[in-house]
Amino acid sequence: MNNVTAPPPPSPAVETVGLSKSFGNFKALRGLDLKIPAGSSLAVFGPNGAGKTTFIKILASIMRPTSGKVLIEGFELKDDAEGIRAKLGLVAHQSYLYGNLSAWENLDFYARMYGVQDRARRIAEVLDLVSMTGRRYDRLSTFSRGMQQRMALARALLHRPSILLLDEPETGLDQQALGAMWDIIRREEAGKRTIIFTSHSFERALSVCDDIIIIERGRLAFRERACNMNLESLKKKYGECTTAVKP
Amino acid sequence: MHHGGETVKFWSCVRAIAWKDILSELRTREIISSVLVFAVLVLVIFNFAFDLNPDLIAQIAPGILWVAFAFSGVLALNRTFIPEKEDNCLEGLMACPVAREAIYVGKAIGSLFFMLLIEAIILPVFALLFNIAVLQPELIAVTLLATIGFVAVGTIFSALAVNTRAREMVLPILFLPVVSPIIIAAVKASSISLAGQSWGDMTIWLAIIIAFDIIYLTVPVLVFPFVVEE
Repeated sequence: MNNVTAPPPPSPAVETVGLSKSFGNFKALRGLDLKIPAGSSLAVFGPNGAGKTTFIKILASIMRPTSGKVLIEGFELKDDAEGIRAKLGLVAHQSYLYGNLSAWENLDFYARMYGVQDRARRIAEVLDLVSMTGRRYDRLSTFSRGMQQRMALARALLHRPSILLLDEPETGLDQQALGAMWDIIRREEAGKRTIIFTSHSFERALSVCDDIIIIERGRLAFRERACNMNLESLKKKYGECTTAVKP
Repeated sequence: MHHGGETVKFWSCVRAIAWKDILSELRTREIISSVLVFAVLVLVIFNFAFDLNPDLIAQIAPGILWVAFAFSGVLALNRTFIPEKEDNCLEGLMACPVAREAIYVGKAIGSLFFMLLIEAIILPVFALLFNIAVLQPELIAVTLLATIGFVAVGTIFSALAVNTRAREMVLPILFLPVVSPIIIAAVKASSISLAGQSWGDMTIWLAIIIAFDIIYLTVPVLVFPFVVEE
């Protein structure tokens, strides 16, 4: 008889239990229960105001939930928010970068904030990854929207986060810039990093994600494996969810 | 609480934030140039407004000096959180693995640097226009202590005001009544100093400034996380 017991199943990268958030009388999230396995990618859909950005901000611990809990790799977010934030990378609509500082200075600042070891080497690596090495001494304010979003991605990847949160990162990007951005995301730490992104692009989600969810009025209205769906079925389901669910 | 490695990390982030603000300001000189023009204008107007004789100067000069410092400070503090609102950088800071308090302390130290720099330029102008010797340890100590409290409480009100539409109006309305004990004590202590009296004569006013410094350094650190989190 072999006494070796099977290791416990790994904790989900992200787990939310009864996650709710209210702004006054407005309920942005209403009891969201989710488990996102480590190394997987999840696309979050929903109409404007459905609660997608609130969901991402709570995961990033920028915002506190009204009730419910968030567990990141098995640890409750509110117990060690600072420690858990080191595992997260966040790309949002805005770059979170300073226009008066150069690309290098911006990344150096965030590298210090995240306690990145061997800063200069890592900054050079991520600048190379996003093809911005040639502009490293130029101020952010001189960059195009696409370049700024690539720099935002460099900032988010700087500390090698195990979970990448992307809140509509495609806003304002052309097709070429979009392709480059997803190419970078998939190239670095491919398969090891958990990716959660909110989007309005069904095609993109089907091509890059393992799972798809639809949030409507703060509730989880639908969840399915991306491999079980095609563009038509996703559009149909989105239409059903966003018109059927009532407050 | 911050212990050992946490303390090192906390102060490392504080230094990074303060240095980032200083570097950004040195590049644009948005705060320093506009505030200096305003402060010098205040001093010049007061200089021409009164028929100054030595007795009158002794009475009104400390007030004029602190009017210039206070209103220049309000202008400077109004800008403290504006760079963090552009491109929503405050959210970027909040997503970093650092205590919210470090963001406040870093921003306050950056503002303190600008305020002291502005004051270091205003004081010689003041000395020139009003024919007063300002290189006195008492006056420098009063200015330094009062500026610490002024900036400490001003930084938290700046963080509050930056999310309002009329932030240029909101900051002075909220901030000046709260900081007035420090300004009044600073005017009184400066008056004693400029009259050539000793440290002993200004003890009560210095004690008031230090007491308010302690309050204004403690309370904002405690409330800042609630101010920035929705």
